[in-house]
Amino acid sequence: MFHIEPMLPSPFRVVKNRKETQDTRTLELASATGGDVPSWRPGQFMMLYVFGAGEIPISIAGDPARREAITHTVRAVGPVSRAICQAKPGSAIGVRGPFGSAWPTDRYEQHDIVLVAGGIGLAPLRPAIYAIMANRSRYGRVLLLAGSRTPDIFLYRREVDRWRRRDIEVRLTVDAAAKDWTNSVGPVTTLIPRAEFDVKRSAAFIVGPEIMMRFVVQALAQRGMSLDHMFLSMERNMKCAVGFCGHCQLGPAFICKNGPVFSFSQLEPWLSIRDM
Amino acid sequence: MEKDIDALLADHLFFKDMDASHRALIAGCGKNVVFKAGEFLAQSNTPANEFFAIRHGRVSIEIHSAGRGPLLIQTLDAGDIAGWSWLFPPYRWKFDARAIEPVRAIRFDGACLRGKCERDPAMGYDFMKRFAQVFMQRLEASRLQLLDIYGNVPH
Repeated sequence: MFHIEPMLPSPFRVVKNRKETQDTRTLELASATGGDVPSWRPGQFMMLYVFGAGEIPISIAGDPARREAITHTVRAVGPVSRAICQAKPGSAIGVRGPFGSAWPTDRYEQHDIVLVAGGIGLAPLRPAIYAIMANRSRYGRVLLLAGSRTPDIFLYRREVDRWRRRDIEVRLTVDAAAKDWTNSVGPVTTLIPRAEFDVKRSAAFIVGPEIMMRFVVQALAQRGMSLDHMFLSMERNMKCAVGFCGHCQLGPAFICKNGPVFSFSQLEPWLSIRDM
Repeated sequence: MEKDIDALLADHLFFKDMDASHRALIAGCGKNVVFKAGEFLAQSNTPANEFFAIRHGRVSIEIHSAGRGPLLIQTLDAGDIAGWSWLFPPYRWKFDARAIEPVRAIRFDGACLRGKCERDPAMGYDFMKRFAQVFMQRLEASRLQLLDIYGNVPH
């Protein structure tokens, strides 16, 4: 149904709505008409429509192997995201998608993978982590470097500990912390110079605000990683999600259709143009 | 067999690719030290006669505020350098440096190193370039912390 009429939301119902942090919730949505959710790939996003409030793009944050529900982690920062966060189990949400490009997890088997997340950017990376964990032996070192403003707003804290036990090296850092915080303090870029990975045989998947991603790219490039091996998930005012409206255009690309996942070398000519 | 200071420096990120003769000179001012979790490597407003090359463990750079306790500014790990107040008069620590976990480090005598840098400008220049890079990284980190780079776009 999703491919026949991409502009028409399908009815989903909220199965679970779990608190992650003070302003962030993780929702599980199942098809209101029954059956499996549409198949999707890590890195893709959905358009979530709260009737009477509006529609926004939200990355898929769950396990791609799960077929009975689709998972989104949403921070309440505006009227629509607030309405999604307040949706109670059983209530209806319109869903379009999945849309966009995916993390190139298959292409970088036998490589070290460096996952860099800032703030809520951990949510779009989570499906890639599930995909890598499902085939962990096919990858070299897997590192997750995650930054946040303060310790209390880190997502998936208990789950992050489980990832550690599945041979994923996790480094957490915050901008500000009290004395009892034993992880790092400083921006996420400060974790990169000491991160252990094979720069000649590695790829980086990066999600966060654009300023953060720009500095992460610089830090990885300083280590010697190729720009072609760095992938960013972009978010730029996606409205239609299918490349019709042009709201999310960046240079020759539509973020919704050609992205949201791009290699940095694809984006580089356009990111440095002011006001674009 | 335990490595000597020169061999330990050869493995340390800060001294990476340093000319061996320069590294050997610097090693003469260093000695191995260990700190238990919670111990201070340095405390603010005390004489800064040294700096530390961290080999293992995590160190927090803090400032103590009356009524608020220690405020963490940044953490440092193996491969990092703690301390640059030894380079500039009045040679007093501006911040606290505390071991968050057991720390192994090389402690360098500041007066010894300043003398060697004065006498061997080529070594001094190489050494200062490395410190300048640390300054730059810390400044950039502070700017990014000020920017609140993890902020959100409202929907």
